[in-house]
Amino acid sequence: MNGKLTAELSLPLRRSHAGRQMLHNRAMMLGMSLLGIIVLLALFGPIIVPNDPLTVQMGDRLLSPSWQYPLGTDHLGRCIFTRLVIGAQLTLGISAIVIVTVIVLGVPLGLISGYIGGRFDSIIMRLVDGMGALPEFIFAIAFAGFLGPSLPNLIFAIVLVKWIGYARVVRSVALSEREKEYVLAAKVAGCSTWTILRRHLLPQMISPVVVLAALDIGKIIMIISMLSYLGLGAQPPTPEWGAMLNDGRPYFQSAPQLMIYPGLAIMAIVIACNLLGEGLREALDVRSR
Amino acid sequence: MQPLLRVERLYKTFRKSKEQVYALKEISLQIARGECLGVVGESGSGKSTLGKVILALERPDSGEVWLDDVPLLQLKGAALREQRQHVQVVFQDPNASLNSKMPIWRSIMEPLDNFPDVMPPFLSGKRTDRIGLAAQLLELVGLPLDHLARYPHELSGGQRQRVAIARGISLNPKLLVCDEPTSSLDVSVQAQILQLLKSLKQTLGMSYLFISHDIASVQYMSDRMIVMKDGEMIDEFASSELTHQDRHIYTKLLVEAAS
Repeated sequence: MNGKLTAELSLPLRRSHAGRQMLHNRAMMLGMSLLGIIVLLALFGPIIVPNDPLTVQMGDRLLSPSWQYPLGTDHLGRCIFTRLVIGAQLTLGISAIVIVTVIVLGVPLGLISGYIGGRFDSIIMRLVDGMGALPEFIFAIAFAGFLGPSLPNLIFAIVLVKWIGYARVVRSVALSEREKEYVLAAKVAGCSTWTILRRHLLPQMISPVVVLAALDIGKIIMIISMLSYLGLGAQPPTPEWGAMLNDGRPYFQSAPQLMIYPGLAIMAIVIACNLLGEGLREALDVRSR
Repeated sequence: MQPLLRVERLYKTFRKSKEQVYALKEISLQIARGECLGVVGESGSGKSTLGKVILALERPDSGEVWLDDVPLLQLKGAALREQRQHVQVVFQDPNASLNSKMPIWRSIMEPLDNFPDVMPPFLSGKRTDRIGLAAQLLELVGLPLDHLARYPHELSGGQRQRVAIARGISLNPKLLVCDEPTSSLDVSVQAQILQLLKSLKQTLGMSYLFISHDIASVQYMSDRMIVMKDGEMIDEFASSELTHQDRHIYTKLLVEAAS
């Protein structure tokens, strides 16, 4: 009997409602394809790019698009297309690191804060209130400026302003869930606080955190680009989109392609992430805050 | 013989727009071994709070709960968790009391998994055969075995409540607190669940604290009843004497309203 039962227990390969709904959401599919293309470009960039992103060729400055330079060259004769593709790697890489770090940091803090409460909760909430008083852009600029311009500092500055949103969302879900009967039942069943957090509450956080992260990636990419544009993030000659915008600024009248293409790239990736995030929110049925 | 559970002078207040309201006001009671004590009261009478205090899920302002001479409310941490095996619960809404993301067999086995040393006498086989044990528990509450792999949303309300009961009895507790176990169910299913609880009580010899606003189901289930109103215990009597002349006026009103 048990053999058969064990076989049956491993069956939960069910068609999910959320999955079907996502396939029918055109805007989301568009966002996903767009993001997919950008990710593929970033992954296989080094293989397909026609030029070196850093080689300066003063003889080839500010050229129009050609077969050798698909999007033309910048003020130092570097291939814009190559720099955009390599820059995608950097942008996606940094935002991935930021997202993973804020989730790893914010989710446990929010869980403990919401479920256990007490003094820890007060400290976390004062921090959250304090940081929430000013726009996160301002804080990111202040932190990055204070720490000095470099990529690790840029990541650190963005993590510092971004973990709060995750801690707050997770805390509010934990607060509303902790009085629910399944949590009380788990307590009566002898589960430790750690087990309740991990087994019962953590799975409840997946949907809201995934949606929040998907909607947040666009904002994070904006902050990365903005800080780099201000000279607080990636340093020249690193091919970063925001830094490229900054590089092109003096030539905007005569050679607008220096700013247009990085600008379009940032726009495309932010739109893609937002479409994806909105779609996920609808599909996973998370209330908008 | 000494009672299984002694509740002594419980007080609990909460604030309701500047006013202090009693959820529990000098509640003292006892439950004997194998007895079912019924608690009747309208919503807001404090009967659920009483259940939660006995389950050590809420702290009263003062008072004590003794289970076999162990002061439950003094315990903390690991000692409290160890003691929890003796007092288990069936909540009102099985939809909310089962984790929707866990298959039935894992919900049923959660208490036994937390207490690997406990082997209830009504189960047989190896303690490590978790699915075998879950299957036996499912059988005890009258559910087909193929429900083991299902998820709560695939079951009806009555079936879910049977799962919650299987969970509640799985540690062979001394006391099972039933907090409105039939109130969220269809009338036709209510009777079945009450019958199941009653027959389990006879076969397993547990004590019950049966909380409900439905005076008829409490009378059916319990040996003795108490009536609560605004946090106070205003009447206490053997269930067979529910309609006696010397009942409290409020008890008479409840009986009248129910009939």
